[in-house]
Amino acid sequence: MGSNGLGVAGVHHRRSSPGYPWDCVVPGAREAVATWRFALAPFVTGCSLFTSLSDRLAATFKNLRGKGRLTEADVDATVREIRTALLEADVALPVVREFTARVRERALGAEVSKALNPAQQIVKIVHEELVGILGGQTRRLRLAKNPPTVILLAGLQGAGKTTLAGKLAQHLREAGHQPLLVAADLQRPNAVDQLMVIAERAGVAIHAPEPGNGVGDPVAVARGGVEFAKAKQYDVVIVDTAGRLAIDSELMDQLRQVRDAVQPDETLLVVDAMIGQDAVQTAVAFDESVGIDGVVLSKLDGDARGGAALSVVTVTGKPILFASVGEKMSDLETFHPDRMASRILDMGDVLSLIESAERAFDSEQTARMAGKVASGDDFTLEDFLEQMMGLKKMGSLTKILGMLPGMGEMKAQIENFDDNELDRVAAIIRSMTPAERADHSILNGSRRARIARGAGVEVSAVNQLVDRFVEAQKMMRQMRAGGGMPGMPGMPGMGGGKRAKAKQKAAVKSGKGAKRSGNPAKRSIEPPQGQPQSQPQPQSQTPSGLPDLSALSGRDSAALQAQLGELPAEFKGLLDGR
Amino acid sequence: MSNLLEYVLIGVGILAAIVVVVGLARRAKARELGPSTREVISPSAPSTVRPDQVEPPLDQVQAPEPTAGRLERLRSRLARSNSALGQGLLALLVRDRLDAQTWDEVEETLLASDLGVGPTQELLAALKRRTMAEGVSDAASARALLRAELLALVDPTMDRRLATHTDENRPAVVLVVGVNGTGKTTTTGKLARVLVADGRTVVLGAADTFRAAAALQLQTWGGRVGAQVITGAEGADPAAVAFDAVRAGVEAGADVVLIDTAGRLHTKTGLMDELGKVKRVVEKQAPVDEVLLVLDATTGQNGLRQAQVFSEVVQITGIVLTKLDGTAKGGIVVAVQRELGVPVKLVGLGEGADDLAPFDPEAFVDALLD
Repeated sequence: MGSNGLGVAGVHHRRSSPGYPWDCVVPGAREAVATWRFALAPFVTGCSLFTSLSDRLAATFKNLRGKGRLTEADVDATVREIRTALLEADVALPVVREFTARVRERALGAEVSKALNPAQQIVKIVHEELVGILGGQTRRLRLAKNPPTVILLAGLQGAGKTTLAGKLAQHLREAGHQPLLVAADLQRPNAVDQLMVIAERAGVAIHAPEPGNGVGDPVAVARGGVEFAKAKQYDVVIVDTAGRLAIDSELMDQLRQVRDAVQPDETLLVVDAMIGQDAVQTAVAFDESVGIDGVVLSKLDGDARGGAALSVVTVTGKPILFASVGEKMSDLETFHPDRMASRILDMGDVLSLIESAERAFDSEQTARMAGKVASGDDFTLEDFLEQMMGLKKMGSLTKILGMLPGMGEMKAQIENFDDNELDRVAAIIRSMTPAERADHSILNGSRRARIARGAGVEVSAVNQLVDRFVEAQKMMRQMRAGGGMPGMPGMPGMGGGKRAKAKQKAAVKSGKGAKRSGNPAKRSIEPPQGQPQSQPQPQSQTPSGLPDLSALSGRDSAALQAQLGELPAEFKGLLDGR
Repeated sequence: MSNLLEYVLIGVGILAAIVVVVGLARRAKARELGPSTREVISPSAPSTVRPDQVEPPLDQVQAPEPTAGRLERLRSRLARSNSALGQGLLALLVRDRLDAQTWDEVEETLLASDLGVGPTQELLAALKRRTMAEGVSDAASARALLRAELLALVDPTMDRRLATHTDENRPAVVLVVGVNGTGKTTTTGKLARVLVADGRTVVLGAADTFRAAAALQLQTWGGRVGAQVITGAEGADPAAVAFDAVRAGVEAGADVVLIDTAGRLHTKTGLMDELGKVKRVVEKQAPVDEVLLVLDATTGQNGLRQAQVFSEVVQITGIVLTKLDGTAKGGIVVAVQRELGVPVKLVGLGEGADDLAPFDPEAFVDALLD
């Protein structure tokens, strides 16, 4: 982890091919996406690649079928929708105007593609344009040839400068530097104390000669900090300044003096991801008066769409260097233009979903789940409960389902979902004995009555829960028997690096998988080896001869196997073992 | 029920898939890196350099400026920050012809103030109707019309009084909540000054036990006006600190207890649950009379979402719109008011200790049109 610098969690690799929103990211993300789409296929007819914006565009394009080229009127209607979408994402108006003009131009000339419907095609153009602007000039922190490198942080009040100073210091320290924090925010009460605590948490040194609270001269403190760093051989100096309004000429003047005193190598503007239309004015004002070299987006862990990113980059032409995504000192990421683009367009943020899942489950839990699948173990009601609790931890189900691409049609239905429903389901499962949780088929009438009493629900609720499991299991079997991926045309190359690896792993273990095609497309045509084509796992019955439990096991392991390449030997092991 | 169950199943299925994939990815990753790559951070003590470590000199207990003259300042500042909106609109409205392009421009002007798409279109529709019906052509009546419509959107009939009086023999309890960096602590400090200036006794509860030095920041504010500040250790249970603060308030016979909470993004379920707990625990002592959501005027459309989530968790009763002294227009509060029916009660106008004023819709709209 240390080597790749800003890794968030172990699973993140960074590739940077723009394209589909999930093209570039987490190894496993593609598989995950594919898996969900697979699992969800029965629920979602005609999966669309993009949600919100594309739903809206789809309405515009209803009558467009069969046309070879988008007409000007079509494009105008589309551009209007894009404009609204961008405005709702807080992209500043002048930027929206400029942007939509460019999209319009491109869309007019575009051939209607066969693979994508017109709505998707336009969204793709928009996405590409967004990535182009946001990622056009991504770069890393520039370090001075002659240390110390001086980094000056500036921004509005409450943008997150002080916290960022700590995160940046920790990041640099981990990269082998000797950062020094300089407390030049002498305005806000106890900002100096805050930075001292942060320095301690980040394990770095701090230069704070003045107590703050309106006492002391920030220019002198900043200058002193750089001199101190030179004397003590610190190679990076991070100067935290007070938050200020761009129209406050006195404070902006002071910031200029600080800049002149320390001659920063990087002047970073810290921008709150939640900022609205004011982003442009702020960015321009800071750029004009002190000259910024880069931008840091803070509070990206919220659910703001973050149109400000586009606004700021467009008007200043300066790259976004980092994204600040949490309250821990380690919550600093390099900026991903493509993810930001998807987020601004509200295109089902799969990656955020993965990340929040990572946060909700510790590595032990994920390892156990992965182990279960790898070894072909059954997914029990116990696991189901664990997952459900994790789901609850991640926030409302409505939100989570909403993050998935292609769930647009379900959104209206799930809008009214009461999250307490999760508690009720949990109560039912918790009222079961361990044996019952391991095997739902032993649930006879009296057991069900007891469970219902225990959970405080009607027996019918217990019945429904069990029935759903069984139904879902059947569905999964059918799907697996089909072997294909219904509803997934146009999914580009399903074979991610990670998945291939998982497959190889399986292959090594099984000694069978090696024969399988490395080409995912071919593989999906080939009948899965080592796995009965029609009714998979008739053996997945417990010794009692009763069918194995349910929905979840079916849904997950089947979907994953289908995706990961099956794990024949392991399955045999499992079956024999049982 | 059956439909809902389906969604639970889908959700859990999805989640399980994610977890498995994440787990597999981590495994593979771990294998790649080998067992011993986990970075060990050397515990070398950071050198803390602070030549003259002096206590921050607390200002003398000051008598805050009376609240009366504040509206004037609000007006002048709003005039500075928002005149673009008012004048831009007027310039557009008094054109000879009100064609489609003009209306587009009006719409864009409104959108630029973070008003949001819904309220903008509502205002626009009303304006169109009325200009058509009344055949407006001169600046004065256009202005009157616009003022009326803007005012209707801001809704002056709402009760914007701060519930800081109780009939019972107990202090009024005010909880201050919001996302990170909106100015909760500053607002709490300023509000304490206002209350002290009005001759009330105030107890401050520093229930922000998370952010470094937040309690100190509140103590500085409390020290300035001579208010008692109840703090807990860093990382202490904020609900416990809030509980203690209210108890101290009851024991001291204080008039008002102000509780400052840690900033939290509304998307962090755990933190939102914690906030719910703070309120529930406080209510064991005394009912919470006022829950103020602090919204930053620079916040865009996400402000509405914030207000909705906070409202679900702690039933906000009022909004404080801070940083209105900048170029941001704070138009999002209109949407928030409309959606939640929760009025804006106070506005923050700067970093000065007395830069807090009651929100007056008339003055607000007048300032917009000045």
